[in-house]
Parts: sequence; structure tokens; C-alpha cells
Amino acid sequence: MTRLIVVRLFFGALTLWAVSLVVFAATQALPGDAAQLILGRDATPERLEALRNQLNLHEPVAVQYMQWLQGLVQGDLGTSFSNRMPVAEYLTDPVRSSLTLMGLSALVATPIALFLGAFSALRRDRAFDHTSSMGTLVVASIPEFVVGILLILMLGPGGLGLFPSVYAREGGPEQWILPVLTLALAVAPPIVRMMRATMIEVLESEYVQQARLKGMGERTVLWRHAAPNAIGPVAQVVALQLAWLAGGVVAIEFLFNFPGVGKVLMDAIENRDVPLIQAVVLLIAGIYILVNLIADVIGLAANPKVRVANR
Amino acid sequence: MSGNENTENVESTEHTGVEGAGGRSVRNGETVLVVDGLTVIGRPSDVEIISGVSITVKRGEILGLVGESGSGKTTLGLSLLAHCKRATEIVGGQVLVGDQDLAGLSERGVRQLRGRAVAYIPQSPASALNPALRLGVQLREALHDDSLSNGEVVERVREVLREVALPDDDAFLRRYPHQLSGGQQQRVAIAMAFVGRPDVIVLDEPTTGLDVTTQAHVLETIRSMTRDYGTAGVYISHDMAVVADLADDIAVMYRGEVVERGRAAEVLSAPQHSYTRQLLMAVPLLKTSGHEEAEPEEEPLLRVSGLTAGYGRTQVLEGIDVSVSRGECVALLGESGSGKTTLSRSVAGLHHQFTGEILFDGVPLAASSYRRTAEQRRRVQYVFQNPYEALNPRKRVRDQILGPYRHLVGRPADPDGVVAEALERAALSASYADRFPEQLSGGERQRVCIARAVATGPDLLVCDEITSALDVSVQAEIVKLLRGLQDQGMALLFVTHNIALVSNIAERVAVLNRGEIVEYGPVGQVMSSPQHEYTRALIADTPDFELSFPGAPERLGMDSGDRVVEG
Repeated sequence: MTRLIVVRLFFGALTLWAVSLVVFAATQALPGDAAQLILGRDATPERLEALRNQLNLHEPVAVQYMQWLQGLVQGDLGTSFSNRMPVAEYLTDPVRSSLTLMGLSALVATPIALFLGAFSALRRDRAFDHTSSMGTLVVASIPEFVVGILLILMLGPGGLGLFPSVYAREGGPEQWILPVLTLALAVAPPIVRMMRATMIEVLESEYVQQARLKGMGERTVLWRHAAPNAIGPVAQVVALQLAWLAGGVVAIEFLFNFPGVGKVLMDAIENRDVPLIQAVVLLIAGIYILVNLIADVIGLAANPKVRVANR
Repeated sequence: MSGNENTENVESTEHTGVEGAGGRSVRNGETVLVVDGLTVIGRPSDVEIISGVSITVKRGEILGLVGESGSGKTTLGLSLLAHCKRATEIVGGQVLVGDQDLAGLSERGVRQLRGRAVAYIPQSPASALNPALRLGVQLREALHDDSLSNGEVVERVREVLREVALPDDDAFLRRYPHQLSGGQQQRVAIAMAFVGRPDVIVLDEPTTGLDVTTQAHVLETIRSMTRDYGTAGVYISHDMAVVADLADDIAVMYRGEVVERGRAAEVLSAPQHSYTRQLLMAVPLLKTSGHEEAEPEEEPLLRVSGLTAGYGRTQVLEGIDVSVSRGECVALLGESGSGKTTLSRSVAGLHHQFTGEILFDGVPLAASSYRRTAEQRRRVQYVFQNPYEALNPRKRVRDQILGPYRHLVGRPADPDGVVAEALERAALSASYADRFPEQLSGGERQRVCIARAVATGPDLLVCDEITSALDVSVQAEIVKLLRGLQDQGMALLFVTHNIALVSNIAERVAVLNRGEIVEYGPVGQVMSSPQHEYTRALIADTPDFELSFPGAPERLGMDSGDRVVEG
């Protein structure tokens, strides 16, 4: 199993490297060069030339890439064009906020979704199952920013007035509720549906019937006999959904004016702040890969054949 | 085994002593399971799956519940634990275990009794043992007796593991089901059922997936455990030979009803119901008499020489020499893992990784079917083991038959004629052409598979365990059909694990053991004087019985094809 994890780690690193290539190539394809972007249209040729020398823009593209990659590995993400701060330092706070937002959403969405899915499977073809099936379908078919807007209209100052609709630096913890709820609602439906389908399959299996015939209570049947066999397939979907969060926060942060990486990315694109864009895109890709890696490991660990065979 | 029941039981109790029997006094002979007028219906159609079934079983005895698939025997078995599959319901009757009626109890009450009053041994332990849980957990929880301490529970689990001849150490308890062989898995399932010292145990075809040697051991374990524990056993099976070997009483199920029941010896010697007779006569009996031997040909149709095959680095077959003459049936006999399917797949061109020579009609065959000519492929056809998977569920029978025909022979001038003729050769009427596979029974499906294979007019038919997924009575009909095809000049390579079947169909037999042919010769010779130890063990472990009722055919020199009762 250790070997399998190492192999997957290696492929994760390989993917990340491929992403870095794409990101670098994309910034090369932008019109004008970095010096032009930094200094703007009115820059004199002398100043441009000086900056180009400073940024090593005369070197071949491959060398530039290697220098950039070297910096990345050492944790040096370059300097932001727009505010002249080191990107790593500039990103610290937004990354922390975004990760907290994503983490909270995942913590709220995953257990509830798993529970709803398992319970739907138990109540298969009864009222609860139909309701949850319809509900998840409706929520899943509405884009997440529309869900956010609807939540603001219902629960925000315009509606029941329970929670603030915009994030403010001096605000209390209640201002987290609407963004977390929106993201959780966006993430949950596929997990519910996958959990339901997997659990139904597992509950129909002979080993679950055998557990019932042994006189096990329904709770033991569900959690000891059925759930461990459902974890593997469901973990994959959970991972896909949580990885989606990394990109999904962009729109939601914009909607709630939440100071996270999503908002940073929007600003950076507006300012053509290339180092910042590169860093944020790499970060999102990194989270995506990491979450999927964790899901793979959970999937492997949940399968005793794999777990025991490679000891 | 009817006469001296009591003395036998007393003896076996003495052998094992009180501890061996789980520390409880054994009162064999006392009636402990009474099923009275039990009726189970399907929802929402309200069709009766079993209707008004009554059976009784005594402690220490085994009731053999015999019937074909669809006769309701599994439904009955499950309802003895008050368990109903989805969309079924017990609507009438009683299931009395001791003095408690399981059919009338609440879910909670039933749960209390399961595992302790009634336990269940499943058909396929490979899918009935939870793959994610260690054996120790699954065995311990089966006891679910709150009055016992953890230590006592583990001690009891170890005790019962020893009784079924499995290791009882911690390392074994920490294993997962996939780390055991099929026979070990079934022993764990038996241990799991006996750990709670049940009064009644329901066994649902527990040896179906096992080799005859393993089956013999498992049956012996079941026999002695029920005696020692004073447990009443209900053994569900479609195989009369096994039941005759094991059961004290026999109940025959047909279309949801028990049509005959009585002491095993009486049912076997004087069956009352015509269906019972039919079931009995469908069992292929082990014949030891000689067969008429085919004239040895100069040039056999198929000659396999020095064939060595494997998958990747694993070698499965070693130095195989077999030949099949025109119009001859050669059986490949072996247990699972012996390489018999690999050999037949190599002959058909489905398995490429082999060295050695396959001569067909004097011409070497390429390893891969892609490199064989259409004519070569037409002349060698293959029938697969499982007819439920070998037919495309979205195609009608006529298209399934015409597919290979168009590919290998060409566009037929009269497609309907081709289909009708193929179906007729497989003993089906032409009206089957428009059906989909799901509208066919297992036996009919296998006939369609045969029709598809014979449509192209092959010279050699490779049959890979083609009856193992079918009921015994259907098996007899298929065997009869194959003999008919053989009489029309077709050669058969018949792959099977069933030695009795071999003795009924083949002229020559090659016994495969671990990838090597250990014995090869005329069937009569191999059956009557087996030279190899392995063949002798196979013959000894095969359950067998004599047909002694009036009108039953003679045992020796009998033709299984003639014994089939139509209708």
C-alpha cells in the first residue's frame, strides 16, 4: 500500500509540474511582455530595457521557465506587479481565509450529505427518499451563485435579516454563515446521490443479508457492515466535490465580497498581475490534486485487499 | 440411514463428549422445527411464491429440501428466519422453533432469535462474508449474547473454529475473507452459524461453488456438527445426489409446494410423486462400465500436442497432449484451477499465451483466433459456461444466431430457415426466434447458445462447463441434446468438474490436475480402474446413490439420455 501511495504522490507531482508548464506558457502568450505590463503604455524604452534586464527577459524562454520553477520550489513566488509585494506574503491572509471557508463548507456538507444519502437508501422509495431525491436534483441544477443570491434574498438584510450579506473586516462570525451555506449546498447534492446509490447496492448485497440473518440490529448493519464497503466509491465523489470547492470559491467570494484567493484572483486578472495569477492558479491546482490524492488513499485504505496485500 | 438413528446419535455424542457439543445436553430425536401452512406472497402481484408449506425436523437430523430454481426453496429457507426478500411477505402459517413462532414475532423478537434459535449458512460464502471486516469481528458478533464477557465470547469463537477444523489463533481471527480459500470461507460460515448453538440451521446450497473433494469435507463437517449440537438442519439443494448422501428426511418442492416428503430411504426407494421420480432420474450416476470405444483414427480431428500455457508469468498448463476424433466426445475433467478452461480457450483461439501445437484436421491452428481463417473459426465453435452472461440481452434470438453465421458463412439466402434449423438442432421450436434472452429460462438460454454455435455447422464443439449453472434436470436434457449432436457426427470437447457427467457422455476422458493430465483414456477404463491417486479421490468424493424404485433404469450400462422423463 505504501508503494501505491508513493506512486500516486509521484503522479500528483507530475500533474502539478504539467500545470506549471501550462500556466507559464499561458503568461508567455499574453500580448506585450512583463516589463510592458508593469510599466504601462507610457513607459520610455530605456526604462523598459532596464526592467527587462532586471527580470532576465532576454534569456531564452526555457531558462526563464527554469528560473521561475526554481523560485517556486524555494517558495519564492515572485513579486506582485500591482503592489510590489512578494506574492507569497501578499497571499498569506487570503489563502488562510479561503482555506477556512472551504474547510468549514466541507465540514458542514460532507457529514450531512453522507447521512442524507445513507438514510435515503434505507428509506428507499418512501417519502423521505423521494423528497431528498427531488431536493438534491433541484439544488444541483441551480448555479451556485444563484443559490447564493437566493440565500441572500431570503436570509439576508432584505429578507428575514438573520445574517449579513457582505463580508466586512470588522464583522462577527455570523457573516461566515451565508458563504459557507452556499458552498455547502453547491457541494452536497452529488455526494447525497452517490452515497444513496452506493448504499443501496451495498444494502442489497449478500453480506448485508447475512448480517441481518445473524440477528444484527439495523444500526450495526448500517454502520459496521454496509458503510465501510461504501466508503471507497463515495470518497471519490466527495473528493471531486471538495476539489471543485477550490475553484468554486472564486464566484462565491466575489458575491459576498469575501477577502480570499478568489477575490485576489479576480483583482489580479483585472490588473494583469501575472505572478499573482500564476501563484493562485498553481495553488488551486495543488489543492485539487492533493484532495484527490487523499481520496485515493482513503479508497485504498478502505479496501482490505489492498491494505493487507502490500504489507 | 433411517433405521438406527438413535444409537448412532448416542454414539456420536459420546465420541465428542459434552464439551465438544458446546456444553449443552443434546436431545436428538426431539422435534424442534415445525413449519405449518407457511405462505409467502410477492408484492404487489400477490402471487404465492410458496403456498401452505408444512415441514418438521428433529434435533440432530437433516431435512433435504430439494427442488429446481424457482421452486421457492430459497424463499422457504429464508422465511424460516422470518426474513423476506424485497417485495415479498409472509402472509400465513407458523414457523415454530421450540415453542416460539418466528412468523408472528416482532422484528426485535426475531432479531433476538436469529443466530441463537435459527442460523443460516449461505450459498456463496465469498459474497456472504463481509469483505471489509476481519473474521474475528464477524464471528464474535454472530454470538450477540450480552450475558457473556468479551473473553468468553472469544473463547467460544475459538472453540467453534477448532470444531470446523480451522486455525483458532489470533492471526487467523485477524484475517479478511479474501485471504481464505473457498472451502475455508465455507467453514467460517459454518462456524459463524454454529457459534450461537442454534436449534435450527438453514443451509442454502452451501457446497455449490466447491470442488467435490472440498464438498465432501464440508458435508462431513455439517453432518457431524448437527449431530453433536443436536441441531435440526434444513439443507436446501437442487442436487439429489448430495441430499441422498446427507439427509435423514427429504422434502421435494415444486412450484412453491411440498409435493412429497418422508424418510430419505423411502423417498429414494419408492418415490410417490412423478416429479420426484423425474428429479431422481435426472441425476447423472457414476458409471463404471465400459463404453463402446470409437475406432482409433489415423488422423484425429483435433490434436493438441505439447501445449504449455499461462497468464503472464503464471504457468497454468504443462505439456498437454489430447486428441479428439470425428464424432467423438472427449471430456476434460478437473477441479477449479486445474487449467481446463484455459485449455479449451486455447483450442478456440481465445487464449493466446501458449506454446505447443494445435492441429485441426491436420493443419496447425494459429494461437490467436484473429489469425485463423474464417473457415477454421467456423469449424470450431464454443459454448460458454454461464448462459446468463453469454447472450446479448438486447438482441433477439434470431439475431444472436445469425450474427456468427453472417460473419463466418456469409449472407444467408433464407435467414429464417437457418435460424429455424439451428433452433431445431438445439431442440427448440422456431417460435423462439423472436424472443429476447430475458424471456428464456436458464436451460432455454443454454439451448440458444448451442443453437448459435451449431448454426455455422462446426465439426468441433467446445463446451466449457455448460451445465454447471443449470439445474440437474435441465442438465440431463442438455446432455441428451449433446449426444444427439454427436450422433450427427459432431466432435465434442466437453469441459467439466462433474465426474458423473463425464461417465455419462464421454468416450474418452483426460483428467487434469494442476495443469497436467494425470490420466487419459477410455471412460470405462478410467472409471472402473483409475490408475492415478487423484482420479481415485475424485471418484470417492463424488456423492452417489442407487436408484432402486420400480421402473428405474439399471445402474450399470445406463444411458443418461434415455433416463430423461419428458414434460
